Amino acid sequence: MSTTIINPGKSFDLKWLQSLFAFLEGDRLVKATSSLIKQLLIPLAALGLFLMLWSAGAASVTTSLGQLPGPVQVWGQGVQLYKEHQAERQKEVAFYQRQEQRNQAKLAKNPAAEVKVRPYTGKPTFLDQIVTSLVTVATGFIIASLIAIPIGIICGMSATLYRAINPLIQLFKPVSPLAWLPIVTMVVSAVYISDEPMFDKAFITSAITVTLCCIWPTIINTTVGVSSIDRDLINVSRVLRLGWLTKTIKIVIPSSIPMMFAGLRLSLGIGWMVLIAAEMLAQNPGLGKFVWDEFQNGSSNSLSRIMVAVLVIGCLGFILDRGMLLLQRWATWDRNAVLR
Amino acid sequence: MNNYLSLENISITFATDNGPLNVLDDVSLKVDQGEFISLIGHSGCGKSTVLNIVAGLLNATTGGVLLENREVTEPGPDRAVVFQNHSLLPWLSVYDNVRLAVDQVFGKQKSRQERHEWTLHNLELVHMGHAIERRPDEISGGMKQRVGIARALAMEPKVLLMDEPFGALDSLTRTHMQDSLMEIQGELNNTVIMITHDVDEAVLLSDRIVMMTNGPSATIGEILAIELERPRHRLQLADDPTYNHYRAEVLRFLHDRHAQPDVPTGKPAKAPEVTAEAPAEERHARLKLATG
Repeated sequence: MSTTIINPGKSFDLKWLQSLFAFLEGDRLVKATSSLIKQLLIPLAALGLFLMLWSAGAASVTTSLGQLPGPVQVWGQGVQLYKEHQAERQKEVAFYQRQEQRNQAKLAKNPAAEVKVRPYTGKPTFLDQIVTSLVTVATGFIIASLIAIPIGIICGMSATLYRAINPLIQLFKPVSPLAWLPIVTMVVSAVYISDEPMFDKAFITSAITVTLCCIWPTIINTTVGVSSIDRDLINVSRVLRLGWLTKTIKIVIPSSIPMMFAGLRLSLGIGWMVLIAAEMLAQNPGLGKFVWDEFQNGSSNSLSRIMVAVLVIGCLGFILDRGMLLLQRWATWDRNAVLR
Repeated sequence: MNNYLSLENISITFATDNGPLNVLDDVSLKVDQGEFISLIGHSGCGKSTVLNIVAGLLNATTGGVLLENREVTEPGPDRAVVFQNHSLLPWLSVYDNVRLAVDQVFGKQKSRQERHEWTLHNLELVHMGHAIERRPDEISGGMKQRVGIARALAMEPKVLLMDEPFGALDSLTRTHMQDSLMEIQGELNNTVIMITHDVDEAVLLSDRIVMMTNGPSATIGEILAIELERPRHRLQLADDPTYNHYRAEVLRFLHDRHAQPDVPTGKPAKAPEVTAEAPAEERHARLKLATG
């Protein structure tokens, strides 16, 4: 018998989900059950233990904002944040309805009247801030990749150029985003002057800071990937008299793709960590700003709300990493490589 | 002067950390069109270096290679190489690996359809027509080597250079491959230079066996002409006195007169790897420095 349920666990490399689906399919029930225990129950038990320790530990710490929140309070605030989001959306819908009605009335009186549609200017909700963060990190990461991959390829192909650029890479690689930020802020304010700016300055500052910090792993990995091409493959290209461009496209780039994607994955991980710090200081309306604002706000709920943000940041980081892993698997020709 | 391929007084010296290392000294060889030559000798005697010089991947310090009276200065598809570890591009299918070579060599002469057919033809020739969409990591070692041979044959080389083509295969697969190669050779009658460690392989396949002395400063010790009727059959030859005589000749050369010393003096005379990136001039300059 062949049950062809698409198993989402497999494609996302989540062992417990895989086991759960195997269990539901009812195939080899005994084996699936023991696998389910291993893959699902053990992590769940660990999670439960963690929540208990957290709950007990938090109860014994008292800060100036009250007691450190436990899992229950954090969950409550999570729900609260979602409700606030819904309320804000309803207000927005109501705002546009009122505006529409007013404009209709105006046009009914005088068909030639000029009507204006004003955008809603409510404060961004937690969910809006998540979206902003994701857009910002994506922007920074894409810019970084577009710069890093060509540099990496060139450095890998020319030992001289690598020797020239390597000290710069080593020098700037360990620099913290917090050190870049003031410089980037000043440069953006000086350079990005426009009457109708397409992007917010804080957004650009954050994205560029992400770029500056997550460019390095991709450059280094691409360089290593390109320079460690099998000598025999280079000899094949010499025997075939491939031109420089053909050689690069047909042999050099495909051969370095696994390393390149390993670098991209590291870069995105760093980018996501850097982003939160950058948003805090640049006041880009994302998760970083949310954490900072709650910290400044200092209400009795603030710590719980910050905890919610911490967990969301963790989950999104995990999802981004899994996404890159999928991309890496898809792009890698080396089936023997174990990617995790 | 009318030889098809001739190696003229080839010497090569590499610069190493321990001073210049003379790997080959005064190697001369004339090869006729359609001849199958085996190069045999102990490890590190510079067999691969000879092959790389003919391929143009290395430049001789003195002397040179003439192919149809033209000097060989760079690698090219007229001297196709079958590498020991197949060297297929792992991200391309079997078909695409051969097609890359076909497109590069015949891109201007043949139409798209002709190139497609020529690719398939060469894959059929090595009995790989059934697996053209497979990737190199999905096929066995022997099959990979078949594809490597198809790729080299598809370039229609004037000389086919094979660097221990079956060295990495198990002995059963190796005998299959040798039979296949003889069959192809019977059909196409290519000019071949093959490096081997295997005495039986050398005697079975070759018209002449070139036996090399030990390095450093290795050179050609003896050349043995194998005058056995073609087509040759492994089983029939097994009891053939002439065949066994040739075998014994090669064995005597390798293990009696030029036995590998048990305790190597200093480091093994392994030629440095062919550096792909260094341009010929630079390598020349380095070698000149080395030779003083």
